[in-house]
Amino acid sequence: MSALLATVRRRVVGPREELPARIAFAIVAFLLIVVAPSMLSDFRLGLLAKYLVFAIVAVGIALAWGRGGMLVLGQGLFFGLGGYAMAMHLQLAEAPDGQPPAFMTLTGAEHVPGIWGPFESTAFTLAMVVLLPMLAATLLGLLVFRSRVRGPYFAILTQALAAAFVIFLVGQQQFSGGTNGLTVMTFFGLDLADPDDKRTLYLIVVAVLALVFLIGRQLVRSRYGRLLVAVRDAEDRVRFLGYDPTLVKVVAFAASAGMAGLAGALFVPVVGIISPASLGIVPSIEMVIWVAVGGRLSLAGAIAGAVLVNYAKTELSEQLPSAWLYGQGLLFVVVVAFAPRGIAGIGEWLRENRGRLRRGRDATPAAATTVEEGA
Amino acid sequence: MSPQPTPPRAEGDPAIRPRHPSDPPQTPPEKAGEPLLRIRGLGVQFGGFHALTDVDFDAREGEVHFLIGPNGAGKTTLVDIITGLTKPTTGSVSFDGQQLVGHKEHRIVHFGVGRTFQAATVFEALTVGENLDLAASYRLGLRRLLRQPRGHADAVVEALEVTGLADEVDKSAGALAHGQKQWLEIGMLLAQGPRLLLLDEPVAGMSPDERTRTGELIRYLARGRTVLVVEHDMDFMRRFADRVTVLHEGRILRADATVAEVQADPTVQEVYIGRARDDRNSAGRSGAAAAGAPAASDDEEAA
Ligand SMILES: Nc1ncnc2c1ncn2[C@@H]1O[C@H](COP(=O)(O)OP(=O)(O)OP(=O)(O)O)[C@@H](O)[C@H]1O
Ligand SMILES: [Mg+2]
Repeated sequence: MSALLATVRRRVVGPREELPARIAFAIVAFLLIVVAPSMLSDFRLGLLAKYLVFAIVAVGIALAWGRGGMLVLGQGLFFGLGGYAMAMHLQLAEAPDGQPPAFMTLTGAEHVPGIWGPFESTAFTLAMVVLLPMLAATLLGLLVFRSRVRGPYFAILTQALAAAFVIFLVGQQQFSGGTNGLTVMTFFGLDLADPDDKRTLYLIVVAVLALVFLIGRQLVRSRYGRLLVAVRDAEDRVRFLGYDPTLVKVVAFAASAGMAGLAGALFVPVVGIISPASLGIVPSIEMVIWVAVGGRLSLAGAIAGAVLVNYAKTELSEQLPSAWLYGQGLLFVVVVAFAPRGIAGIGEWLRENRGRLRRGRDATPAAATTVEEGA
Repeated sequence: MSPQPTPPRAEGDPAIRPRHPSDPPQTPPEKAGEPLLRIRGLGVQFGGFHALTDVDFDAREGEVHFLIGPNGAGKTTLVDIITGLTKPTTGSVSFDGQQLVGHKEHRIVHFGVGRTFQAATVFEALTVGENLDLAASYRLGLRRLLRQPRGHADAVVEALEVTGLADEVDKSAGALAHGQKQWLEIGMLLAQGPRLLLLDEPVAGMSPDERTRTGELIRYLARGRTVLVVEHDMDFMRRFADRVTVLHEGRILRADATVAEVQADPTVQEVYIGRARDDRNSAGRSGAAAAGAPAASDDEEAA
């Protein structure tokens, strides 16, 4: 007994399949950094960059929704905050010194408007891209979680905020570019029309995604990550463990918002434009669909979901534009009804069954009741 | 020991009259022999229904204090009020001089009060070790929570040892047997390091052997701590209680008595023990059956 306890005391607590995960990470990194740029056309690489930008949003959603049980249906709001912050900076950088951006001069503006001013600074912009969404999510979370608003009410609230943000942007045309949005041509010295520069931008996106994934994984594997799962499954019980569930949820919600903001900021140079069409109700729901398809309990699954669903969208909408909308809806329903663990669930199912086979034929199915949650 | 009357009530005693929001915080000076938990004039209504009326209750350090009473007597409600889940309509709850009423649930845990639930609730998606580790870590700041834990804290190892769950440390808590879940919940409580532990029906649905082990666990917990046990099982109470308080229809029927006193009390027998005996004799089982449906159906799970 005491020998067992001594080993328990010393042992590393946490997931044990460290090595396969690292190998998989290295393979994917190699594919993205070396293989993809040499194999894909400039056009296809640009599309992949966009999918990977979406994957950054997906990691945040997997964290807040998969781990924390918060169905975030309005990530477009945070995506937009990051995107517009970046677009404002890039437009100011492209305009002649002290001049307002091009779209404003068309309507006769002569000065840079007050709220645009601070975005002249690179450091301020880079900070705001992440902090603005995080701050918004923190305030919203404190307000909402404290009054114990959960489930569908929370989901609808986030959705409404994303819709309100779109209405605000459309209404403030003189500052926001209205429905046209903001267009950019350069990104910190990179010429977005130049194939080599676009390749550099692609690599920046890959690096940011890797960073976001590693941050997400650290969150999931830490004590905090377990606490988040505990709050998801039995929020009221967590209070009697001495934790305030409000704060636990706010941290995950803010982290997911920060990731969405970062993604929005990269979306601007990758696509060259940000407009309300990219962050309203429909895009916000689509973001959740990527994660549902990929597997909300798995960060890697969420990334795969974002890339695959968006790839399918590109392919299908080239051939049958109207079919995609229905196809996507159907996909969502099928996943929710029949494969709640998504694509990641397939891998886990294979792993479990292989284990069952290895244990031998006489092992009863009931023996494999525990379902491990992959990171 | 002679029967102790409920403490006399003085008109001007601030601890007795209903607390008013404008009252200053009640922090009386530490007195020797002062009960760790001191409840005065507690009452709660649920939409006109008086679930608790004028409840006075004391528990001292180091004792195992049983709270018994028929179904619907208000036992769980009392635990809910102490731990901040339910707000009382009147009265005060002071723990080690600290007023608990009005504090949030997680704050009360930080004061040193922990509880288990009538239906054992553990985090089923986490392993046994992770459940205990979370319980032991609630004082850590966010920065340390964000780190990946290495090894188990002493409190976790102790909890594994006394609950006998060391072999199951990596098992998911959802896969534990019913009795083991209840032990895990008690282990989590222990890992929290509280001074007052409130156990709501810790042996419901357990086999006789498991009951004995749980009783021993409770005696272990009581070293230097106060344990308040809500239980229906009279036999279990006889074996492990230091003091007993009987609650009936939201009122204290017998406060802070010994097991012998409670058993000899005709009123208590009438409302509770008498019925328990009858049920036990007819059912051939322990007093868990006395309280009727929920406890009785628990026995099936144990089988
Ligand atoms: N939130 C609530 N709203 C309305 N009535 C309640 C509430 N909580 C408890 N009650 C009622 O208060 C009474 C006391 O309930 P309580 O759960 O405290 O009893 P108990 O002594 O724990 O019973 P048991 O032995 O069945 O667990 C019951 O009649 C119950 O229906
Ligand atoms: Mg009860």
